[in-house]
Amino acid sequence: MQVVEGVVCPFCGCCCDDLEVIVEGNSIFDVRNACALGASKFIGYGKHRNTRPLVRKNGELVEASLDEAIERCAEILANASYPLLYGWSNTSCEAIRVGLELAEEVGGVIDNTTTVCHGPSILAIQEVGIPGCTLGQIRHRADLIIYWGSNPWSAHPRHIERYTALSEGRFQRAAWKRYLSRLILESARKKRYRAASLVFKGGAALLEAAEKEEIWMLPPPGERKLVVVDVQRTRTADLADIFIRVEPGGDYDVLQALRALIRDEELDVDEVAGVPIERLEALADLMVNARFGILFFGLGLTMSVGRSRNIEAAIKLTRDLNRYTKFLIMPMRGHFNVTGANIVFTWQTGYPYAVDFSHGYPRYNPGETSAIDILTRGDADATLVVASDPVSSFPRRAVENLVRNPLIVIDPVLTPTALMADVVIPTAFVGIEAEGTTYRMDHVPLPLKRVVEPPPGCLPDEEILRMILKRVQEIRG
Amino acid sequence: MDFTLITGRTIDQGCTKEHAKLSDEYLLNVAVCEMNPEDMKRLNVRDGDNVKIMTDVGSVIVKAKKSRRIRRPGIIFVPFGPWINAILPSETEGTGMPPLKGFRVRVEPTDEPVSDIRSLLLKNYGVKG
Repeated sequence: MQVVEGVVCPFCGCCCDDLEVIVEGNSIFDVRNACALGASKFIGYGKHRNTRPLVRKNGELVEASLDEAIERCAEILANASYPLLYGWSNTSCEAIRVGLELAEEVGGVIDNTTTVCHGPSILAIQEVGIPGCTLGQIRHRADLIIYWGSNPWSAHPRHIERYTALSEGRFQRAAWKRYLSRLILESARKKRYRAASLVFKGGAALLEAAEKEEIWMLPPPGERKLVVVDVQRTRTADLADIFIRVEPGGDYDVLQALRALIRDEELDVDEVAGVPIERLEALADLMVNARFGILFFGLGLTMSVGRSRNIEAAIKLTRDLNRYTKFLIMPMRGHFNVTGANIVFTWQTGYPYAVDFSHGYPRYNPGETSAIDILTRGDADATLVVASDPVSSFPRRAVENLVRNPLIVIDPVLTPTALMADVVIPTAFVGIEAEGTTYRMDHVPLPLKRVVEPPPGCLPDEEILRMILKRVQEIRG
Repeated sequence: MDFTLITGRTIDQGCTKEHAKLSDEYLLNVAVCEMNPEDMKRLNVRDGDNVKIMTDVGSVIVKAKKSRRIRRPGIIFVPFGPWINAILPSETEGTGMPPLKGFRVRVEPTDEPVSDIRSLLLKNYGVKG
């Protein structure tokens, strides 16, 4: 058995680079240091694999040669008047670069999954800028960590351990012991109430009453503090020193209320979006008195009412805080290379997503040139999907128009989108079977490794896209 | 009964979303509706019963799941996936992003079965070709 060290995880935007993959022959036997999400990908990537190109004939997807599948793709794209090229966040920067060349060649629209995750964040950043840093800075220096509308326990499981409250920094101690002792106390308390519920009827009610919705347990001065703001008590909230529950759709109000409090303005209300004003005043005090604060925000802000305005308010809050202390803000990016997709799009076209080449030059207008709007209006007459599954992640009307027209899917596995496709081309898993470059959520580039060989005939995305581009150029003369 | 729907990520959904979307495991992890126990009593549904979630766009059947994390009545949580997305609106209000969290839905108990992924695609989008 061989141990491949320093493997970068191709799952979420944390891109943990300390994985050790144990390889036996050409199979992955085990993986060390990975979270449940990363481990599930490394261990299970081969289980539901598609290794043969498929082309739809007489309504059925049937096996075809790679040449036939490439030819069919090239015909569809070359003959389309307004094709959409979508996905890109689960592949390498090198493949994205070829995808942009292909989009320009066919005069289509190219969009990445940012459009349904942090698209509103980018709109807000373009309005008001963003004070950012690397995750290393946060690990070593941040003494106040806030997760707002984000649940890293479920979506970025090692984020807290590697970069924030549970990491051992040069100037900040990890808060492991505090959380462990709290966990033990909480567990003992629950056991007592459960025992009580066996003895008398009201025991279960006591247990529920004792599980307070909000948490406010400030650690000793000088220690790292973890704050979670969300609409429900997530597993991340269970770890927090402070958990504040906001009414759904109330984030904008709470952010603006905090801005007012930080400017020493008085609010003549008892609560804002379900949060008592005393709690907000105490949180504002904590923020102002932090030496290095960081606000991580997730889809709880970008997908709720207000969308980009929520993010604008959050960025302006950090801007206000920088009058008194150092405070930064960072989006929690989902797919492992969604940040890379934004970077490659920007360096090639000037815009991070939703780029329209139909006029012969890049144009950008989210709301018009973004994938869901194009599909909902029924404008696209063909779609190429690379390493993504819009049938699962887009709303119904967009999907109805997506599957009505010719659809090409380039993906290592069969997805619901692939089931509705006209051409399916299997590829190598980037980061497991193919090398490439990815960008972590803090814009740090990292090299993805090839730890095993792909099945025969499964080429990297970049190579498949180059073959399609070459054939499209030949057809278009 | 009317509820506020929150969609989002769960660790179980994440473990199957990258490579096993056609598996039964993914269906079990994603075609669920996490509810406050008080709401379940009011709706007269038990853990594992089927419920129908309805919007102006359409309806979908998923399994009810008791959750103590949803402390306040009137809120339901469904993981991201093809089941819940089939009933979401597409309006992006100029942002490119549809409203995937915090909109009103109706929920009622049902005896209809939960569709597997292939049946769901067939029912919602018809036969391709």
